[in-house]
This record gives sequence, C-alpha cells and structure tokens, in this order.
Amino acid sequence: MSAQPSFYSRFAADRFYLWNLVALVGVALALGHAAAGGGLLSEYAINALGQFAAFAILALSLDLIWGYLGILSLGHGLFFAIGGYAIAMHLLKHSYLTTGIVPDFMQFMGWKQFPAYWVWFEHFPYAVAAGLLFAFAIALVFGFVSFRSRVNGVYFAIITQALVYVAMLLMFRNDTGFGGNNGMTGFSVVFGARLGQSSVTALLALAAVVTLIATLIGCRALVISRVGAIMIACRDDETRLRTLGYRTIALKLSIWCLSAVLAAIAGMLYVPLVGIINPRVLSPELSLEIAVWVAIGGRGRLFGAVIGAVTINAVKFLLSARAPELWPFMLSALIVLVALIFPNGLLDLPALRSLIREFVKRPGAGRLTRFKSAS
Amino acid sequence: MGTPAIVVSGLTVQFGSFRALDGLSLAVEYGQIHALIGPNGAGKTTLLDAISGITRSSGGSISLNGLTELTRCNEVDIALSGIRRKFQKPSVFEALSVRDNIALGIPSARQAGLVGQSAIDQRIEATLDVIGLAEQSARLAGELAHGQKQWLEIGIVLASDPKVLMLDEPVAGLTDEETERTGVLLRKLKHPARAIILVEHDMDFVEQVADRVTVLHEGKTLFEGSMKNARLDPGVIDVYLGR
Repeated sequence: MSAQPSFYSRFAADRFYLWNLVALVGVALALGHAAAGGGLLSEYAINALGQFAAFAILALSLDLIWGYLGILSLGHGLFFAIGGYAIAMHLLKHSYLTTGIVPDFMQFMGWKQFPAYWVWFEHFPYAVAAGLLFAFAIALVFGFVSFRSRVNGVYFAIITQALVYVAMLLMFRNDTGFGGNNGMTGFSVVFGARLGQSSVTALLALAAVVTLIATLIGCRALVISRVGAIMIACRDDETRLRTLGYRTIALKLSIWCLSAVLAAIAGMLYVPLVGIINPRVLSPELSLEIAVWVAIGGRGRLFGAVIGAVTINAVKFLLSARAPELWPFMLSALIVLVALIFPNGLLDLPALRSLIREFVKRPGAGRLTRFKSAS
Repeated sequence: MGTPAIVVSGLTVQFGSFRALDGLSLAVEYGQIHALIGPNGAGKTTLLDAISGITRSSGGSISLNGLTELTRCNEVDIALSGIRRKFQKPSVFEALSVRDNIALGIPSARQAGLVGQSAIDQRIEATLDVIGLAEQSARLAGELAHGQKQWLEIGIVLASDPKVLMLDEPVAGLTDEETERTGVLLRKLKHPARAIILVEHDMDFVEQVADRVTVLHEGKTLFEGSMKNARLDPGVIDVYLGR
C-alpha cells in the first residue's frame, strides 16, 4: 500500500535532473574526445567549459547548505580560495623542481628558499589532503562557534562575509609567503606535462566535469536520503525538529563542513585552468556572486545551482569580450527579477508559460502575481 | 491514584517583569488525559514550552517519572526522554511527504524500541492508519487540508510511542465532524503507560475526552478536578467560563 519507494526509483523520479545529467555526460564525452586529440571544440571553449564546471561545483556546495538547510553563506569564496591556493602551491613547487625557475613571488621578496609550510607540497596527494583538511578545519571551528551560539540567518551571512574579507586582507600582505597581492602564477608543469597544451587543458576540463557529475550524483543521493529529509525539516522549522529529538547543531555542522570541502575541490579544479590565483577570489563580490548564481538558477533543486552558475558565467564571458560595462547592470536586473517575480529563479520559467496563457485567455484576470516560494 | 508522569512544583517563568507562570504546581498521571484550560495569557502554552525545554524557567522544578529534572535539560534531550509536543499552529514539514513526516517522528529507532528497518516501516504504517492518512502517505504535507495537518502532526508526535504527549489545541479550526474524529483518535491514544496533556478552548470537547481538568489563571492553578465540577465552580465561572 504505502510502502516507501526504493532508493533507485526515488533517484530516478526527477526527470529534469536525469536529462541534465545525461547532457553533462555528453559534455564529458566531448571533452574526452578533445583530450584524445579531436578538434571538435576550440581551446577557448574547452577552457571555458572546465571553468563553468568548477563554478557549478562551487554553486552546488552553496545550494547544499542554503537550498536544503537554509544557511546562507556569503563567504564561500574562502573555501574556494583555500583549495585554489593549495593546488597553486603544488603547481609552483612542482614546476620549480622540474624547471628550476624560482617563482616570481620569491624573487620579489628576495627569498632563496620556500617558506617552511611549503614542505611536501610538491606531492600532489599531500597538497590535496592539506587543502581539504584546512578548509574542513576552518569550517569546523567557525561553524561550531556560530551554530552553538545559535547564530543563524542574516547574522550568519554577515559574519561569513566578514570572514572572507579578513582572509582577503591577510592574503594581500606580501610577507605571508602566499604571493601577496600578485598571487601566484607561472605554473608551467602539471603531473610532468606542460600546462597550456590543448590536450592537457582538455584533461583538466574533463576532470572538472567528471567531478561535477560525481558531486551531483552524491548530492542527489544525500538529499533524497533520510538525512536529506532531516535537512529540509531543519531548514523549514528547526525548533520543531529539535523538539522531536534531533541534534540539529551536529547536522548543520556536518553539512556545513561537507559544503566547505566541496567548495575547496572546486577551487582546486579551477586554478590550473586559469593559471593564476590571487586574493581577489577572496573579495566579498565573488562570494556574493556565488549566492546570486544559486538564487538565479533556483535554490534547492541541485541543477538550479548548476544552471545558474553556467548561465551567469557564460553571459559574463560573452559580455566581457564585447561590452563589459553592461555586466553589472544585467546582473542587478536579474537579481531584482528574482527577488520580485521568480523566487525559485530560472526554474520558475516553465511556470511563466502557463501564467501567460492564463493571461491571454482571460484578459485582466491573470495579474502577474508572485510565484509561491518553494521554501 | 495513578503514577505521576510529570510533576511540576513551584514553577515560575518570567518574561521581563511579567510572570507567565507564578509558582505553579501540578501532577500529570499516566493513563489519563489531563486538560489545561483557562483564559488567554493564563500560562497554558508557557507551561508546555517549559516542559518541552523551549522556555527556561526562573524557578521551581519539572520532573519526569520522579527522576529526570527537565528544567536542566535542553529540548533535544527532553524529546529523547520520551516527551512529545504538538504545537498550537500545525507544525508539519510542508515540503516533505506525509510518510517522511511520520518517519521524522522517530529520531532514534533504539529509543522508540524498534529493531530493524521493517519494524520502523511497520510503526510508520500503523501510525498512518491510526491518524487515518494511510491513503495520503505519498502526498506532500503542504497539500493537506487544515484538519489533516492537525492529524498529521499528532501522527508525527505519536510515532515514537511517547510516554508524555502534549497536545496544544488539536481541534482549533476543525469542523464539527473533524472534531468528533479527533476525539475518537484521542481516546484511542490513551494508554496505561502514557500521559496526555491537552490544552484546548473547546469546552465540550474537553468534557468529552478529559479525565481531569486544571484551570489556570494568571500563571496559577485556579481549580483542579473534573470538567463537570469546573463548570460549577464560581471562581472558574468568574474568570473564564462566564455566566
């Protein structure tokens, strides 16, 4: 009669999700083709796809805590940057050991040796582990203090914004050993292969898209599980959930740390593709923009975050080549539209069609009303 | 005389200079439906808030089974010790299915005395049957009618087989027929190992289901006894029931 549907049938229940996943697998295959030497995609397109995939993972990490748990972070650039810096340190040290060229920032500071905390960063697994662990540790301490003191909502968002700003000020200093305001660049070698070759770029982009697919599958498995139901319940009525016997602080802390680690992974995939990292990824603007991607794409639907990140960044890429001065106006207009008319972002567009049809059928009767918010 | 489940003694809850509860003492026994009635602001919901740990008391004690001192516990531990509460405003998780809502009522299978997934599933089915929402189990809770939401919330708090069940206005906003069904449901929930605290403004409903009535007024007990006698008590008539 009312037995719980199986995990598989619940996973497959969302057709929208499945079709998008199939499309992403198509993108991965095209990138695989390019990595094998096929000339289907231009080098610019390959690089852009890889960057979009990294941004999509970053947006997903925010959707997990904002869309499903109701915790808005305006400082997720911090965790993205931690991942990015860790991989940049690896690339620089690996390049130095292969080519013997002393990195710019050390020449600038007159240093002959890497600072002590750069030890072992030439080993890729160590660099990845160190980056993820550091992101996890920062999230754990910050989350524990905030959630235990029941800092929620807007207050939490403001503190995360302050945190990323503090990190930016710290990284702008030249004596920290992370490249100061110039950041780190000049990575020449990755896994012994020359960066900049089109097959290497394609492989890096492929890695980003495959990680995105894995992240999407993992997140979907999480949100349709019992833990996912508890997350949604916590988002909608935390007090209610606590009076049913759930330790919501532990739940929020776990998902918050998971989100931070995902954002760090996104940073690790992003930096080798763009070839540079500097403190500007820690600017409050970028962290705000991540929230805008998710809001415009639609919260709490996983693919909403992906679509938001890809659409916004694609438009930004196109405009920055032709009319960069228009970008801030377009972004602001989109935010206003989302705030006033589409609380669920682009995912509301299919519903707009039926609204227009109603309006045409019964002139005057179908006033453009707000869509019902999903959360 | 039954065994007391909850014993409240000398409980004071203060909001600024306002005393919502003023040295209140009360015992709720197993196997009974104990109704709390009184005018608005008498402290009925505040008492439920204090028992469930949402509001801190500034004096006095609340004990469960004469052992656990609840004023020193947080709301999670209180819930896990077997106390559940239905809120005045139907508090169901609207974005989740009816079945998922009931499943959330069982935070820990071990605490609810269930072993294995099949035992949990059986408990969920049984709860859905008791509240009469088995046919609706796949629907989103947000799509339910007001009365169904009230029953669903009773199902959520019932799923873990609680020792103490607190129901804050379970028939508010229901039709006569729905109120009658809720009365039948409540009598079914009576159990020798369960104490039920009921806050309600519908006096006929209270008279139908309650074994014992406490009338609160300005944070103190005004009357305790049967509903029939409450209706005859001059003090109660004066401040609450009217002539």
